[in-house]
Amino acid sequence: MKCIVCMTHVPDTASIIRIGADGQHIDETGIKWIVSPYDEYALEEALQLTEAKGGEVTVMTYGPQRAEAGLRECLARGAHNAVHILGGEKTLGDSFAIAKVLAAAIKDREFDVILVGVKGVGTDNSQVGQMLAELLDLPHVSNVVKVEWNDGAIVAEREVEGGHEVVESPLPAVLTAQKGLNEPRYAALKGIMAAKRKPVEKVDPSALGLDEDVLAGAEATYNLRSLELPPEKQAGKIIQGEDDPQAAAAELVKLLHEEAKAF
Amino acid sequence: MSGILVFVEQRDGSIRKGSLEALSEAHRHAAANGWDVAAVLPGSGIEGVAAGLGAYGAGKVFIADDANLKLYSAEGYAEAVVAAAKQMTPHAIFFSATAMGRDLAPRVAAKLGVGGLADVTGLTLEGETFVARRPVYSAKAFATVDTAGKTPQVISLRPNVFSAEEAGGSAEIVKLDGLALSIRAMVKELVSSEGGEIDVAEANIIVSGGRGLKGPENFALMRELAELLGAAVGASRAAVDAGWIDHSHQVGQTGKVVSPTLYIANGISGAIQHLAGMSSSKIIVAINKDPDAPIFKVADYGVVGDLFQVVPAMIEEIKKVKAA
Ligand SMILES: Cc1cc2nc3c(=O)[nH]c(=O)nc-3n(C[C@H](O)[C@H](O)[C@H](O)COP(=O)(O)OP(=O)(O)OC[C@H]3O[C@@H](n4cnc5c(N)ncnc54)[C@H](O)[C@@H]3O)c2cc1C
Ligand SMILES: Nc1ncnc2c1ncn2[C@@H]1O[C@H](COP(=O)(O)O)[C@@H](O)[C@H]1O
Repeated sequence: MKCIVCMTHVPDTASIIRIGADGQHIDETGIKWIVSPYDEYALEEALQLTEAKGGEVTVMTYGPQRAEAGLRECLARGAHNAVHILGGEKTLGDSFAIAKVLAAAIKDREFDVILVGVKGVGTDNSQVGQMLAELLDLPHVSNVVKVEWNDGAIVAEREVEGGHEVVESPLPAVLTAQKGLNEPRYAALKGIMAAKRKPVEKVDPSALGLDEDVLAGAEATYNLRSLELPPEKQAGKIIQGEDDPQAAAAELVKLLHEEAKAF
Repeated sequence: MSGILVFVEQRDGSIRKGSLEALSEAHRHAAANGWDVAAVLPGSGIEGVAAGLGAYGAGKVFIADDANLKLYSAEGYAEAVVAAAKQMTPHAIFFSATAMGRDLAPRVAAKLGVGGLADVTGLTLEGETFVARRPVYSAKAFATVDTAGKTPQVISLRPNVFSAEEAGGSAEIVKLDGLALSIRAMVKELVSSEGGEIDVAEANIIVSGGRGLKGPENFALMRELAELLGAAVGASRAAVDAGWIDHSHQVGQTGKVVSPTLYIANGISGAIQHLAGMSSSKIIVAINKDPDAPIFKVADYGVVGDLFQVVPAMIEEIKKVKAA
């Protein structure tokens, strides 16, 4: 099985977010960058699949120079090949532009499945996988928590409100990975050493027939006007209940019922 | 004709609340601008359901009634939405950002050659341009965005944020015929989870438990409180990872994003990844024995104390209030 995994390199989810001087982007000082957590499930699924059935895993990112560290992390965990499409600063958050770049990079490659994360943390769009599927004229299943890999087809379970949908799809297809799909591995020292020797294929968007200035200009579909921190929350009413929990509970219920009218 | 097209989600003929919220939001903007609102409803045997959408502001309902649309497929449903969009040429297409809406909207957008504004929590209209506010970086920041002049503007609205209001109209039914359905990935079965519990993503009230519950058996206390309030049971990742409760209950970064009217966090410290999932709740209540727990920073109300004493006492008090 030939698997393509799309990876996005994002601020660690524990990062403190500050707004940069332009009022449109985050201040990147002190930010630690990681493989987007859902992409780890996508990668793990591809690794397990190729370990069981043979084949290879190609991990791909469209991002700035620093995203190479994310590709190296994936190589260290066992991905066979890495493709780095350089750029992405100007199209940040524009899912359709990103999907167009990835589709252009993927269309002439051989693959059985494309695995992406259900959501790139940070921009939090949950759109790129589905758009990529449409651009490549492939079926997709999103929010996948379980896959049964059969010959040329899959049975996947996707999480929905109040249950699971069981979806059948032929391959090739695009799957978006949700937590629960598997337990991502850590890179072993041996893998980290081996990854240093594996090449990372560098691709310029222009080699794909794309111009980032056009993608972020005339063809842009996402215009970021401003980025702000959430409004400061007013201090809440905190009741000390260590000594008399009964009285504290009574007061809380009264406040919720009469003041907040919450039930 | 131009205006706003709203994708309406139904399962077994019952309409999702989020879709009514999206219809109402569309109606509010359209009414102020003399625009039309239409709904598009794919499914099988759904004609009876369609007429009721007029009450929420749809002047027209495009229905795609086909046995192949009985269960969801992104490809089939996208075909129906695009067919309606071709007839209407709307300024915008609204979805509720449910599991289905978030799956479908980007597929529709790409089919129409446009992008999308996902999971928005605020929406204003400037001329013909929707300006959306959406949480990013796990709700640690908010972005104000638009579609850079591309139409239709594909927008998904976070459930439980916009209100659903009856507008008291009636809808003309238009059948979408001759859809070229080529469906490859198709839902075969919908498996409902444990005893038809309310899902956290849909609940108005959530009672959530974390590591402070100490063990799986104590989720019974959460369930008791939840039942009393008609609430869903949520959990932190610590509780899920410990195997105390299924992942479908997890709230947060790698769980569900919720915005109920009332969120009660019991024995949850309030890690940033948990807050990512619930900080847009309207009223947040924290019960924690550690007065310095970060959850108190986002709480509107809180009790510093032992949840095993406070929660049973709350249950008694709520029973009293309900009986009065
Ligand atoms: C990539 C990533 C994604 C993540 N995604 C999520 C996610 O989706 N959701 C999520 O929740 N977490 C997530 N986490 C984990 C998160 O960082 C925290 O570890 C987790 O939320 C902690 O859960 P908790 O609050 O239940 O446990 P703890 O942090 O251990 O807190 C337990 C709390 O219970 C209190 N307590 C103990 N006993 C009592 C008592 N008797 N009465 C009252 N209070 C008591 C304690 O004072 C403490 O505050 C993620 C982490 C990472 C790195
Ligand atoms: N710049 C990118 N490069 C490679 N893959 C990406 C990129 N952006 C998004 N993806 C993939 O698409 C998934 C969903 O991203 P998003 O739609 O941005 O939430 C991510 O988890 C990645 O797998």
